[in-house]
Amino acid sequence: MIDVLPPFTLYLLGALLLPFLPKGHVRGLLTIVVPVVGAWWIWSAPEGLHGQMTWMGLEMVWMRVDKLAVVFGLVFSLAAFLAALYAWHLRDTVQQVATLLYAGSAIGAVFAGDLVTLFLFWEGTAIASVFLIWARRTEGAYATGMRYLVIQISSGVILLGGLVLQYHDTGSIAFEAMTLGSLGTWAIFLSFGIKCAFPLLHDWLQDAYPAATVTGTVVLSAFTTKLAVYALARGFPGTEILIYIGAVMALFPFVYALIENDLRRVMVYSLNIQLGYMVVGVGIGTELALNGAAAHAFTGILYKALLFMGLGAVLFRTGTAKASELGGLYKTMPVTMVLCVIGAASISAFPLFSGFISKSLILSAAAHEHHNIVWAMLLAASAGALIHTGIKIPYFAFFGADSGKRPKEAPAHMLLAMGLTAALCIGLGVFPSVLYDMLPYEVDYDVYTTTHVITQLQLLLFSALGFALLMKAGIFPMPQRSVTLSSDWTYRKAGPAVVWYVGLAVRASWRGTSGLIAKLYADFIKAMHASAGPDGARAANWPTGAMVMNIAILLGIVLVVIFVS
Amino acid sequence: MAGDVEIREVAMTLHAQLPALQIVVPFMTAPLIVFFGKRETAWWLAFLSCSVSLVISYLLLMQVIGGGFISYQMGGWAPPLGIEYRIDAANGLILFLISLVATITMPFAYRSIQAEITRSHTLFYACLMLCFTGLMGMVITGDAFNVFVFLEVSSLSTYVLVAMGAERDKRALTAAFDYLILGTIGATFFVIGIGFLYMATGTLNMADLADRIQGQESSRTVRAGFAFIVVGLGLKAAMVPLHLWLPRAYTYAPSAVTVFLAATATKASIYVMLRFMFSVYQPEFVFHTNVLQILFIPLALLAMFGGSFVAVFQTDMKRMLAYSSIGQIGYMLLGIAMLNQSGVSATMVHMFNHGITKAVLFMGVGAFVLRAGSSFYDNIGGLGRKMPVTGAVIVIGGLSLIGIPGTAGFVSKWLLVQAAFENDMWPIALLIVLSSLLAVIYVWRVFEVIYLQAPNEWSEASDPPMTMLVPMIILAVACVYFGIFTDLSLGAAGTAAEALLNGSFGMAEPSLDTSALPLDVPHGAGDAGADATGGDH
Repeated sequence: MIDVLPPFTLYLLGALLLPFLPKGHVRGLLTIVVPVVGAWWIWSAPEGLHGQMTWMGLEMVWMRVDKLAVVFGLVFSLAAFLAALYAWHLRDTVQQVATLLYAGSAIGAVFAGDLVTLFLFWEGTAIASVFLIWARRTEGAYATGMRYLVIQISSGVILLGGLVLQYHDTGSIAFEAMTLGSLGTWAIFLSFGIKCAFPLLHDWLQDAYPAATVTGTVVLSAFTTKLAVYALARGFPGTEILIYIGAVMALFPFVYALIENDLRRVMVYSLNIQLGYMVVGVGIGTELALNGAAAHAFTGILYKALLFMGLGAVLFRTGTAKASELGGLYKTMPVTMVLCVIGAASISAFPLFSGFISKSLILSAAAHEHHNIVWAMLLAASAGALIHTGIKIPYFAFFGADSGKRPKEAPAHMLLAMGLTAALCIGLGVFPSVLYDMLPYEVDYDVYTTTHVITQLQLLLFSALGFALLMKAGIFPMPQRSVTLSSDWTYRKAGPAVVWYVGLAVRASWRGTSGLIAKLYADFIKAMHASAGPDGARAANWPTGAMVMNIAILLGIVLVVIFVS
Repeated sequence: MAGDVEIREVAMTLHAQLPALQIVVPFMTAPLIVFFGKRETAWWLAFLSCSVSLVISYLLLMQVIGGGFISYQMGGWAPPLGIEYRIDAANGLILFLISLVATITMPFAYRSIQAEITRSHTLFYACLMLCFTGLMGMVITGDAFNVFVFLEVSSLSTYVLVAMGAERDKRALTAAFDYLILGTIGATFFVIGIGFLYMATGTLNMADLADRIQGQESSRTVRAGFAFIVVGLGLKAAMVPLHLWLPRAYTYAPSAVTVFLAATATKASIYVMLRFMFSVYQPEFVFHTNVLQILFIPLALLAMFGGSFVAVFQTDMKRMLAYSSIGQIGYMLLGIAMLNQSGVSATMVHMFNHGITKAVLFMGVGAFVLRAGSSFYDNIGGLGRKMPVTGAVIVIGGLSLIGIPGTAGFVSKWLLVQAAFENDMWPIALLIVLSSLLAVIYVWRVFEVIYLQAPNEWSEASDPPMTMLVPMIILAVACVYFGIFTDLSLGAAGTAAEALLNGSFGMAEPSLDTSALPLDVPHGAGDAGADATGGDH
């Protein structure tokens, strides 16, 4: 029986109720209240397995409460709350319902104790979230949404296939730590990987997120990918291949982020990089590393949301988020600017900001397990994060060349949402123990040691210097040269360039392959259409005589088979 | 005191006569409808009689869902001489499905038929009742020749019902004609098969047949009979490559007829096929003759992929659903061909789940036809937005057709995949999943058409009247209900599969002895059955 209702039911109720409420503040209030009650619900749920039921002989667990699930559940609730506050001005029923269902599904997935429940919510997040993209109601957004949906649903279908195989192999659908080996576990791993935007599986992320609405992107950035990180942390902790996947993830979007003009897209690349850190943490799999992954997901959701909110506010006021069309906005949007800088400082992991306390855990875990190369790659990515996000975004949006735009300050509810998020970013940075106490394992870690702080500051200041010089020379947005220069300063000369060329090669071969596949696919569809289409033989109206002939032939075959055997 | 006893006796009597009433009630309704000859009365009578049948079938199913069977002797003549009705979990479930769909279709038919047919409504309802009786009779009876009689009753009325679509589209006539030719050949094959069996055993009672076939498995006569029966029923069940009558019949028949036929007609034939394979012939016989392994599996796969591919490219929603039915029948045959508990359960439960799923979808199309006058994609574009409830119902039905978890369609496909695993047929499990992806495509196309295309500007369509809406909603809820609460469908299917695979239908003691009370009903089904079989005895 269901003794503790999973928090998803609350979100579902909210979503069902919402269309029947009067438009306006009442609906906004509902979207805010639901996550708050949900968070309280999660906070007070006793540890253990709840909501167990048997369905078709499968042992389903709707709510497994342990520390890992709770920390993700809480941060998802928090993100839902902040996003709802940020979207207070919204009068779009579809988006509001989709947001509630999306957040609810993500939280439901986090508490899923078995793979079938996980699958249901996994698909739930996919279906609910696509409406946030479609909500822009443009032709482009529709096409993007379709691509996004196809990939998300495929991930779910692969998960379903994997869980069937897993069930067949082990006789259990429990969602516990697995080891890669059988086809089933690989399928599950792949499905998680798609959602987590592993390298080469990542394209949907940059494609879809910037296409969503102002508020939609804030919501999207919080759930899907972090859910995948959670699933990996739950299902594949300590799987070595993840370390390398994560390290590549943390490095390779660097170049793209550097040259990208659309600032929201820059943010998505940088989101991909942050995911890389978490994946490395999961891959290392020690208590420290898993704590790091969870903590980084927690802080990452917050500062990402803050930056997306800031850029969203800019987009909301000016109608664009392109670096080339912005600049000088600090004059009229000073508060937004300050809050954005706080977000930028957090993502760059300045001491006393939230990124620092979580990134350090992962870096220390990597060093502790002697993954020196990976450690160096992460450090490089960290320096990169400052350049392509920490400085680039505030610089081009709020300072830089004056675009002449004089928009109004962001609306009050947006500022409130951003302010709260910024306060959390600083608060967690100053009092790391608050977060550390929530983590799945006991934390015996002092983040503010002299070594940590000095290393980090050195790294950041030199990166900042690099940025300044690049700007001075007037070559920053030019891809190749900026890469060469920045590698001078980050003492890994060849790295990004190699990544750049590898990226080119991969892209070229990918285009070639996908072009070939697309052609084969088109030919196949044409052939099928010729045979099975409305005019094809399969679908034609056959003459009666031919149908009778079929009967005779089949009877003959059946008789032969029976008499022979 | 005496009064008390009498009341109990009456109650017992009624209860004991349920199997007969199951057939007699709808059978007598048909002439009554013609006798009264009024549209309103006709509808009320038909609806009432279907509702009574539904209650009866539910009561019967509840008696046998845990196992065992009810044996009922028509007119008090003991089998094998007399006609026996025999109900166990397998046909209990199908009886329930047929009467459920019939009852729910009736209110839907009321307005839909008014819009699509102008004349002869009373005769239409009379035919529908005959068709219903025929299908129920095929399923309930334990007498091989009686199956043929009821098969013909249902087929003949079906031809008329399909032809009634001629008012909307003249092609209904050729569709009905083709179906008439093919259906007659199918029924003839079936009766030839029964002839062979009679030749070999001298009996027509299924249980008796099962006993007497023992030991003659290698006889040419018995084997040829099997071939004829399988092909004959395969045609009625629209098994590939004998399916060609189905798309046209379903497309051009009036919407309400399509709803009813799609949900029930092929299912009844598949049930009879199962019964003959496993209860008259034995599972060992079927296994040794290799028909399932060599023929059914490839044909089922062909149906699953071929039907779905054709469905993907259709431009008429009704026809698309018809081809999808051919694909879905492939799943049912595949379940039989797996020859294990999960497989046969999957077939049983898929008959039920697919029945309600298809009924929902064809009702949705019926609503479109009512409002837009056609079911072509070009004409129903954007209607989902103008007809929100209809659209929502089609979405639920479509999801169930694909087999999304939480809907009825998932339960049966899941079982089918398990059955393939149990036989270590990995590629087949994979193919089941792959073919489901095709369902995603053709269902998605419908969603796209009804939601994302711009509606015709002049179109002022709105949801159909309540009499059509409520049945659709009930069935849509059922699609979800049977996806989550599987006790009834899976329970009955499991019991049925176990009993079927155990083989012998033999003359064992029935679980509920009702033979003590001779039937005392007006002339009707009992006589019809007795007349039909009497000549052969």
